[in-house]
Order: sequence, then structure tokens, then C-alpha cells
Amino acid sequence: MSDRKKKSGKPGGTPGPEGVDAPDAGEAHEDSASASASRTDASAVDSTAPEPEGAGGNAESAAVEEAPKSQTVLREILESSTLVVIMAIVASLAIGGILIVFADEQVREAATYFFARPGDTFSAMGDALGSAYSAIFQGAVLNFNADTFAGMIRPFTQTLTMATPLIFAGLGLGIGFRAGLFNIGAQGQLLIGATLGAYVGFAWHLPWGIHLIVAILGCALGGAIWGFIPGFLKARTGAHEVIVTIMLNYIALNLVAWLLTLEAFQREGSDNPITPIVDETAQYPLLLGSGFNLHWGFVLALACAWGVWWLMERSTLGFELRAVGANPHAARTAGMNVSKGYILVMVIAGALAGLAGSAQVLGTEKVLTTATAGSLGFDAITVALLGRSRPVGTIMAAILFGGLRAAGPTLQVQAGLPVDIVFVIQALIVLFIAAPPLVRSIFRLPAPAHEKEVAA
Amino acid sequence: MKLELREITKRFGDFTANDAISITVESGTVHALLGENGAGKSTLMNVLFGLYDADGGQILLDDEPVTFAGPGDAMAAGIGMVHQHFMLVPVFTVAENVMLGHEQVKGPAKMLDVAAARAKVRELSDRFGFDIDPDAIVENLSVGAQQRVEIIKALSRDAKVLILDEPTAVLTPQETDELLEIVRQLRDSGTAVVLITHKLREVKAVADTITVIRRGKVVGTAEPSASQEELASLMVGRDVSMTVDKDEAQVGDTMLEVSDLTVVDEDSQVTVLDNVSFEVKRGEILAVAGVQGNGQTELAEAILGVIAASSGSVRLDGDELTGRSIRDNLEAGIGFVPEDRTEDGVVATFTVANNLILDLYQGAPYSRRGAIDPKVVTSHAEEQVERFDVRTTSIEALTGSLSGGNQQKVVLARELARDLKLLIASQPTRGLDVGSIEFVHKRIIEERDKGVAVIIVSSELDEVYALADRIAVMYHGRIVDIVEPDTDRDTLGLMMAGAHGDEEEAA
Repeated sequence: MSDRKKKSGKPGGTPGPEGVDAPDAGEAHEDSASASASRTDASAVDSTAPEPEGAGGNAESAAVEEAPKSQTVLREILESSTLVVIMAIVASLAIGGILIVFADEQVREAATYFFARPGDTFSAMGDALGSAYSAIFQGAVLNFNADTFAGMIRPFTQTLTMATPLIFAGLGLGIGFRAGLFNIGAQGQLLIGATLGAYVGFAWHLPWGIHLIVAILGCALGGAIWGFIPGFLKARTGAHEVIVTIMLNYIALNLVAWLLTLEAFQREGSDNPITPIVDETAQYPLLLGSGFNLHWGFVLALACAWGVWWLMERSTLGFELRAVGANPHAARTAGMNVSKGYILVMVIAGALAGLAGSAQVLGTEKVLTTATAGSLGFDAITVALLGRSRPVGTIMAAILFGGLRAAGPTLQVQAGLPVDIVFVIQALIVLFIAAPPLVRSIFRLPAPAHEKEVAA
Repeated sequence: MKLELREITKRFGDFTANDAISITVESGTVHALLGENGAGKSTLMNVLFGLYDADGGQILLDDEPVTFAGPGDAMAAGIGMVHQHFMLVPVFTVAENVMLGHEQVKGPAKMLDVAAARAKVRELSDRFGFDIDPDAIVENLSVGAQQRVEIIKALSRDAKVLILDEPTAVLTPQETDELLEIVRQLRDSGTAVVLITHKLREVKAVADTITVIRRGKVVGTAEPSASQEELASLMVGRDVSMTVDKDEAQVGDTMLEVSDLTVVDEDSQVTVLDNVSFEVKRGEILAVAGVQGNGQTELAEAILGVIAASSGSVRLDGDELTGRSIRDNLEAGIGFVPEDRTEDGVVATFTVANNLILDLYQGAPYSRRGAIDPKVVTSHAEEQVERFDVRTTSIEALTGSLSGGNQQKVVLARELARDLKLLIASQPTRGLDVGSIEFVHKRIIEERDKGVAVIIVSSELDEVYALADRIAVMYHGRIVDIVEPDTDRDTLGLMMAGAHGDEEEAA
């Protein structure tokens, strides 16, 4: 018997919060015998199910369902990962606050005579925090100092613009995560997609409308090709997608760097590694007029989110992909083609990462450079994890990250703080969501059932 | 030594897992704790072992009240426990595992005294005839041998009371017999043995005293001379028939024809199925008996196409199945209940409703043009849960939260939802309690009576006898012989060990 069997071989070991019928729930407690006994006690509270008499049937199940309902709802909220995610963000902002305080010049100055006049230090701290968070708010959400309405909402539209590529790439990675693939390759897929789309954008001169569509498809195709490679290798040879995608990121970056040395990709009469600006016909139209950067790519990203939701929750293909991700053995035994699933997931994820590239080259930047991808491909991993790989969650997480990025300049100008603070906050969020038990112990939240089993 | 548990009560919230349970265990006796899964047996032993704090009651050793803060205290007081899931380090040797937690050192450099541990293992192994090499790596040992290592571990710490938690759940019939022999030897050498089990035969074979627990209460004590029916009804709380009612099989024409099926494992180049040929007719149950690991699992998987046949043919109703996809074979009318349901049968993190369509989602009415119809899925699930009496809080509950028996009902409900030509069920009742076993058996016989050809793979001889119209015995990847169900246990046992039936006949 292998370890995995030992772990999964205890179906009774995961007492559902619903309170399964009494004898089974009892078994669950017996099974999770270990040092985690005290936590088991906590979870056992919801096993208030009335004992079914004899071998009765569904009448009792119905009764079981009603009894602890209110408790169940509460517990579900407490156990939900969403709460953990929010708490992770709260904790990150709190620790970020400490860093802000120490990064502030006035605070450091006041600290030199701390023992003479400690009040100065504390008020400087308060000022630093206040101005930092107000700068983040003004830079990301609403600039209440602006004279016009347009000026007031400009920060938020900037946030949405920044969020657009993250939504695209995050959606693709989320599909992968749910299908059991840890795709690190969004960076490379984004770059290759951007390259193909940008080339179509500046080298082909097609009529209005058609040009944009072809360029968008080019982006998706480029990403899909770059996603297909690791998917195919995994399905056929078992090559691990983490390693293959990481390596493909390097290949993509250096391939683009080389392409940019070619005349075909350079501006006329220039040796700089930067492409010509893509034709206006291939650019996403602006969504709110020329005063704002927000473009139709954002709307396309929302449409893709809906498409991904439908794919994963309603289609037979999504059902297959989720089954393959959750238990490939059972999926295979049920007649599903696991290899095909892996390839498809990587192609779809790659296409979405390619669309993230389109938000850059056809939207905000309009040119291709080696810096086009920035750290988008990696930030998208965080976005997908933060959004629990669900479309709505991914959108929210992308907007949060877009906001932090949009706020960077304001933070520097208004509060005199280094932009790096926002990256630290981002990194802290990742750190906290990667360690749910840490967040839970800080905020004293109960552990969900499945993690208890692992602990047991 | 005398161990007494007096009025032990353990509650989890409002749920009382142990309700004033009292038992007494004396040296040189075997005390069986009999009860269904979830009756509270393991909770009681975890209280005794110091893993749980009791909410009431006392533990007395030789009439002295004691309290154990943890397993360490319990072990120091002479109580040893062999868990259902072994607590061994797979990459360590037997001796290293035995010394783990009790390491002795020697010399000024404080080197581990492996020699002492090795000698201890050898001494205990010789005394009880365990046949365990102290230098063997644990992961290379059979499950039965690993269990003996656990017993040696407990004995090496001078356990006077040895608790065995569902010790036979993972053992083959042969290993079970060996274990029962060991239990007798331990008893004769003065150890008190507590045997936690829900298997009636073992209890009757070895126990001196039987305490039956149901829903956290002692519902009675029994003598080993009590009949299986009596014990079962005490345990379940209603009358249970131990034999399956079935009529004479109405055998039709041949449905499945397997000829010269050979499977060579790709990685190890071991021949796991060797020229297997047999037929199954409509309306009959062929039970495949054999000690675990003699090719039965591979046979079931090769028929469905989970593993590829190296040569030979499998024909269902005239159509060749080898070389086709699993989906094609499922759609051709095969129902498949896999041996390891948590691994291959259900997706634990899916809802009950979704698991009920795990191999049906592809076609109407569950989906149309690639889109799943949630309404149909829901109504289908409600219907199946009702029909198969799946005990779940809702069809949206995660399947992993169900008990093993209810998960098996989900698998069975799904597989029987289609019109079948052939049903293959591997170890259909492994780990299930008496009530669920009865249910599953009834359903399988119903399928047979509908004219479906049925193959049951089971390492439980009781099950083989209960269901089979014919019995195929496998040994080393071959079918030793196919015999009538009136063949006696001893003959079957010998065949399972490879005797009888020469190789020409098998081919």
C-alpha cells in the first residue's frame, strides 16, 4: 500500500461540516486519532446529527440536514478560504504598515530623539501611515483632490487597465490549477503571444475591425503554441510541467530578445530592440474616450471570465478537466482521456496568457520589447491562487493587484515612499495565502476538515 | 495484569461516541470488541491510549486508577497498540523501526546500538515464530509481515496488554489465519489481547470474551460459541441474514469470452496475466478467488482496458474489446466497480451528484452539445440516492465526507444506472459493515437475475461462496481451475496456494 492510499483510504476521516449521519461521523472521529485531538473536538461540535434509528432511510437524512443548519452556515463562512484570503490581505497590509513606518524619513528623524520626546515619533508614525494609505487609495481608487470628475475616477480606471492582463493570465492559470497542472509558464506564453500579435499589428496592414481581430487571434495562437509544448510533453512523456514551463520562459524571453535584433522587428533606421508601434487599426479602442487608458481589452477579459466560468462549471469538458485535476485515476477509470485533458488545459491556459500579451501590445504599450511581459506572468500565478482559481475571485484579485501597481507612482510622489513597498505587500500576500494555517492561527479561525486529516 | 475500563464516556460536542462503557481485560485472554464501523471502538481505545481525554470514567490497572496523558504513558504502563494504518518508517530496517523512540546508545560517542535492537527483534521473532529478518527494509515486506513488525515493536516495550485495531482489514485470508495463530500464542504466553474488529469469523475463532458495542454503548457480551447470526444482530441492532438469498441462476448464452489473455507489466516486464481463458454467460456470477496479488486485479482492469493486453482477446457479446478505449468499453455495456474505490471509484472532492455522473456525463440526458444540464444531474442524483439508500446530508455534500459503505453505494448506483451486459466488481464489499454488505450483495444478484453477466473479484471466501455460481481460482497470473460453488473451503484454499490443476489445463 502506498502512502497516497493511506491518505485517501480513510473516507471517514473527513467529517463534513454538514454533519453526516451519526455513525459515520463517529467513525470520522475515531479515525482522526492523533495529536490533533483537540482540534477534532472543535469540529465535532457540528456532529449534532440525531442518531438514525436502525437501518432507516432518507426520512432521517432529511432530519439530519435540518438540525444544525445555522451552525453549518456559520462554520462554512469561517472555514471558507475566502475569509482566509481576506485575512491574508489584512495581515499583509498590517505588516506593510510597519515597513512604511520605518521607511518614512520623518519617523526615522523623530526616532533619533525618541527618549526625549517619544510623542514626536508616534505622531510621525501616524502621519506616515495615514499619508501612505491615503496615497494608495488616491492612486488606486479615487483621487478626491482632483478638480474634475474625470480626474477623480482616473485612478480607478488606471487600476482596471493594470488589472486587464492579470485577469487574462490568471484565468488561464486557474484552469490549470483546477485541472492539477502547476503551470509556471504564463510569462513565456504571454511573450510569444505578444510577439505574434504585435507582428500582425505592425507588419500587416488590414482593414479596420479585421486587423484587430486577427491581431488578437495572433496573440492567443502564440500563447496556445507555447502552452501546447509542455502539455504535449507531459501527456506523452510525463515530463513535469513545472520544469518544462520554467525553461520555456527562458527560451521565450531570449527568443524575443533575438527577434528584436532582426530588421523585420525593428523600427526603420533604428537598431534599438523595440518594434514599431502597432497600427491604430490593430489597437484596442479606448473604452472611455481619450482621457483614459482603459481599453476594450478589459471588456474582453470580463467576457473571457464568463467563458471560463461556463467552461469549468457547465460544460462536459470542464467536468472532465476538474475530475482529472481532482483524481486522475478515477477520471481515467470513468473513461476520460487524461492526456487529452492535460494538452487542452495547457493550450487554453496558453491562449489566455497570450491574450494577456494582447492587453500589453495592442492596449497599453502598443510596442513589443523584452520588457513587455514585466512580471505579469508571475503575478498572474499569485492572482490565480488569491482568487482560488475561480473566475470571479481572479477578477477581484487582479483588480487588487492592478490597484497596488497603479498606486505605486502616487505613493512615491505624495508620501515620499519607495515604490517597492507595494511589491513587498504583494509578496506578503503570497506568503500568507501559501500558508493558510499561519493566517488561521493569527486570527484564530477553525481549521477546515480536509486539512485536519492531513495533520492527523 | 488486569486492565479495567470503568464507565468511560467520551463526547464530541453533542455526539456521544462512548457512553459509559465498561470492559475488563485479564492477562492470558483475548477480549474482542465487536462493532460496526463508527460504533465507537476506536474512540474507546484512543481514550485508553491517552490520545483522547475521557469526559467521564476511570482506567484501572490492577485495580489502581491511572491516567495517561499520551501514548508514551500508556506504553510505559505496558499497553501496546497496533494501529490499523501502520506507524512504520518505510525506508528504515525492521530493527531501526523497533528501536525508534526508544533508541539505546553505547560507547563514549553515543552511537546507536543497532545490534541490541537487532538481537531483540531476532529473539521475539524466534519466540513467536514470526520469521522476520531484523535487517529487512520495511517497505519491502508484505503487509502481513509489516503488521508483525508492529507487534514486535509493542512487545519489545514489554506490552502486557496488546490492542489490535482492525488487524485483518488489510490481510489476505492466509495472513489472517497466521495472525490469529499469533494472537493465540501471545495469549498463551500471558499477554492480554484486545481485538477490535467487525469480522465475526475471527471473533469466533480466537476470542475468549466478546463485548459488542453499538452506537457508543455496550449492547451485550457474548460467548464465542454464539452463532454468527446472533453476533451480527447484536452488532447491527436488527436481524441480519448471513447468507444471501438467491435463486438458481438462469444461465443464458455466452456474454464474455476471454481467450489467451496475457498482460506483461511494461515497467517490470513481469507477466501478470498468463494465458487466461474463460467464459461468462448471461445471468451467472463468476467469482474470481485468489490470494491478493495473483492477477485478479489485472484481469478486471484488462477486460475494461485500464491496462493494455499484450496478447489474447476479450469478446463481449461478439465484439472485441482489446485495443479500444475505456470509454468505448464502458459504453459497450460494462459496469465497473474498481477495487480501490477512493482511488479509482470516486473523486472525493466532487459532490455526490457529480460522482453519480462521473462516467455518464458525456451523453443525453445529462448533457447536450457539450453543456451539462444541472437540473437533470440533480434529479438523477436525488433519484439514485433514494434508490440506493445513500446516507448523505445532501447530494451536494462532498463524496469524501461519506462513509466507505455509502461511497460504495454511490459507485454502484452510478455503474448500475446504465443498461449493462457485463458487471465487473472488484472487492465490492471491502471495508463495509454488515448492513452495507447485505445491500451490495442483493444488488449484484438483482443484476444477475436481469440477465447480466457478472464477474466478482474477491479475496473474502465468504463473499465468494455467497455470490458465486462458478468459482475461478487464480494463482500467479493463471487460472488454476474453475470449480462449482460446492467445493469445500480446504480444497479452494489449496488451489489458491497453487496446488491442483497443472499448467496445461490452465493454459
